[in-house]
Amino acid sequence: MVVAIYATIVVQIELSVTRSADPVAVTGITKELDMTLVAAAADGLEGLDGMAEFLDRRSDDLTQMLVEHLAVVAVSVAVATVVGVALGLLVWDRPVGRSVTITTAAVILTIPSLALLAILSPLFGLGWGPSIVALVLYSLLPIVRNTVVGLREVPAPVLESARGMGMTRTGVLLRIQLPMAWPIILTGIRVATQLAIGIAAIGAYVAGPGLGQYIFRGLSSLGSRNALNYALSGTVGVVALALAADALFIVIARLTTPRGLRA
Amino acid sequence: MPKPTTIIFPSMDVRGAASGGSATSGGGVSIELDSVTKTYPGQDVSAVEDFSMRIEPGELVMFVGPSGCGKTTTMKMVNRIIEPTSGSIRIDGQDVLSLSPDQLRRHIGYVIQQIGLFPHMTIADNIATVPRLLGWSKKETSARVEELLDTVQLDPAVFADRYPRQLSGGQQQRAGVARALAADPPVMLMDEPFGATDPITREKLQAEFLRLQADIGKTIIFVTHDFDEAVRLGDRIAVLSERSQIEQFDTPAAILAAPANDYVASFIGSGAALKRLSLMPVTSADLSFGAPASGGKRPQLDPTATLRDALDLLVVTGAEALEIVDADGTRLGCLTHAAISAALTQSSPTRGAGPAAGEGVHR
Repeated sequence: MVVAIYATIVVQIELSVTRSADPVAVTGITKELDMTLVAAAADGLEGLDGMAEFLDRRSDDLTQMLVEHLAVVAVSVAVATVVGVALGLLVWDRPVGRSVTITTAAVILTIPSLALLAILSPLFGLGWGPSIVALVLYSLLPIVRNTVVGLREVPAPVLESARGMGMTRTGVLLRIQLPMAWPIILTGIRVATQLAIGIAAIGAYVAGPGLGQYIFRGLSSLGSRNALNYALSGTVGVVALALAADALFIVIARLTTPRGLRA
Repeated sequence: MPKPTTIIFPSMDVRGAASGGSATSGGGVSIELDSVTKTYPGQDVSAVEDFSMRIEPGELVMFVGPSGCGKTTTMKMVNRIIEPTSGSIRIDGQDVLSLSPDQLRRHIGYVIQQIGLFPHMTIADNIATVPRLLGWSKKETSARVEELLDTVQLDPAVFADRYPRQLSGGQQQRAGVARALAADPPVMLMDEPFGATDPITREKLQAEFLRLQADIGKTIIFVTHDFDEAVRLGDRIAVLSERSQIEQFDTPAAILAAPANDYVASFIGSGAALKRLSLMPVTSADLSFGAPASGGKRPQLDPTATLRDALDLLVVTGAEALEIVDADGTRLGCLTHAAISAALTQSSPTRGAGPAAGEGVHR
C-alpha cells in the first residue's frame, strides 16, 4: 500500500512539473497545488524520504480528512441535486426562466473559489458552512443544465401520446420525462461531484473540512521538512477520492437507469 | 373485469353498469363536428374551416387528403390536442369542450404514426397507462393487459416484460394499438398508424386491424394519405382538400364508382375499376354460367375471394371461366369476364347506401 502510494506520488510530481510548463493547462485549484509541488520539487526529492514514516504517523488524521472530504462533497452534491433538479423541472419549458437560470449558474461557476469563500465566510462563519454553500453553488450548473437538456430531449411523439392518453402535465413530467432524463441528469451529478471534490480542497482556506487542510499546511510551510509530504498526501487523496467517486457513479448509473433505456 | 371508472359519455353509463366489458366489448358512440374551424394565431388562412360531419356509432371513417390539408388537425381537435377556434364537437351528444381535456382523453384511444411508446416502461406498463390513470385495481389492470396482448397477437408470456426497443416496428405498432384500447374507449383516433411500417407489415397490420374492428366496433377516425388504405379499411371515406374541406364523404365503393369531382378523381388515381373490384366478393357477380363441358378443367377460386382476385386469376391462367368452389368442395357456380364486368356496371349507378350518403358532397 505504502509503496503504491509512493509510486503514485512520484508520477504525480512528474505530471505536475510537465503540466506547469504548459500554462494553458494550469487553472484554478490545480494551479495552486502545482505551485506548491513545483516549489517543493525544486527543493529536491530528498523530502520524499520521510514519506512512508509521514503517512504512517498520520494515517488516522488522513482517514478522518478523507471521510470529511467525502462527507462535505456528498452533502453539497445532494443538496445541489435537489435544488438543481427542482429548478430544472420549473424552468425546462420556459425559455426566459431557462436561460436566466443556466446563465446564473454559469456565472457562479466563473467566480474563483478563493474569492467566493472569502465572500461567504462573513455570512456563514468558518468551517463546514461556507464550504457547503460554495460547493452547492458550484455544483448547480451541471445538474440544472443536464436536467433541462434531459427533460427537453424526450421525443415529441412520446409527449404527445402521453398527453393524448390523458396524463396531466405534472404526470407527464414526473412519470415520463424525469425517468427518461435520469441518465442525463445523473451524468450532471457525476460531473458536479468531480468538480466539488476538487473545489472542496480550497474549503480549508476558511477552516473547512477535508484534505485541503494538508494541502494548505504544505503551502504555508514551504521549505520545511514535511511541506511536500503534506501537499502530496492531500493531493493524492483528492485524486484517489475523485477516481473512487467516478467508479461509484458508474455503478449507480448501471443500477438506476431503467432497463428500457440502457443501450 | 375492466369497467369505465368515470362516466364521460352518456351511453357508457349503460355499458359500464353491465357486467363489464372485455377486449371485444364496447361498440362506439357517435361523433358530431359542427362548423369546426381552427385558425392559428398570426395566420390569415384557417387550417380547418367550417368542418361539419356526423360519424355514426361503430363507424370507421377515413380522412384522406394530401399532407397539410388539415386532416390531422381536424382529428386532433376531437381529443383537444388542438383546441378549435370555433364550432362544436360532440361525442355521444356530449360537448367535448365541456369536459376536462385529461378526463376526455382517457376515454378516447389515440394512436399516432410514431407510436410514442414509453421507452423506459415495459410493454405491460405501457398498456396499463390509462387503466392506472382511471384507478383500476392491479388485478383488473394486469388481466386487461394480458387480454389485450392476446388481442393484438403479441404473446403475453413473451412480450409483457419486454421494453419497446426490443420490439420490431410492427410489434411496437400493435403494442401502441393495445395501449390505445386499454380502457375500452368508445372512440379511437388514429393518425397514420401504419404509415411508418414496410408494405408487407402494413398489409398484415391492416388485415388484423379490420378483424379487430369487426369485433370491437369502435367509432374510429383514421387519418391517412394513402387512398388504397382508405378503400381497404374505411366504412366511409372523407376526401379532404385544403383547409380540410370535404370534397366527398361516402362509402369507398360509391367514391370509386362516382367521384364527386376532378379532385377526388385525381386522388383515386388510376385503376378505379380494379380498386372497386377488390371491394366486391366473387359472390356478388352472376355465377350462373354453365358448368364446364365434360373433361374441361377450369381454375378454382374460393368464394371469400374478391372479384379482383378472380380477374387476376382469369388473366393469369387465360381461362374462359373460373369455378367457384368453397372449402368443403361444394361448387357454387362459375365466373366469367363478362360476369365481372356486369357486376361492376351494375353497382356503379347506385351511390353507396352509407348512413349519410346524401350529404357526401360539401361544396
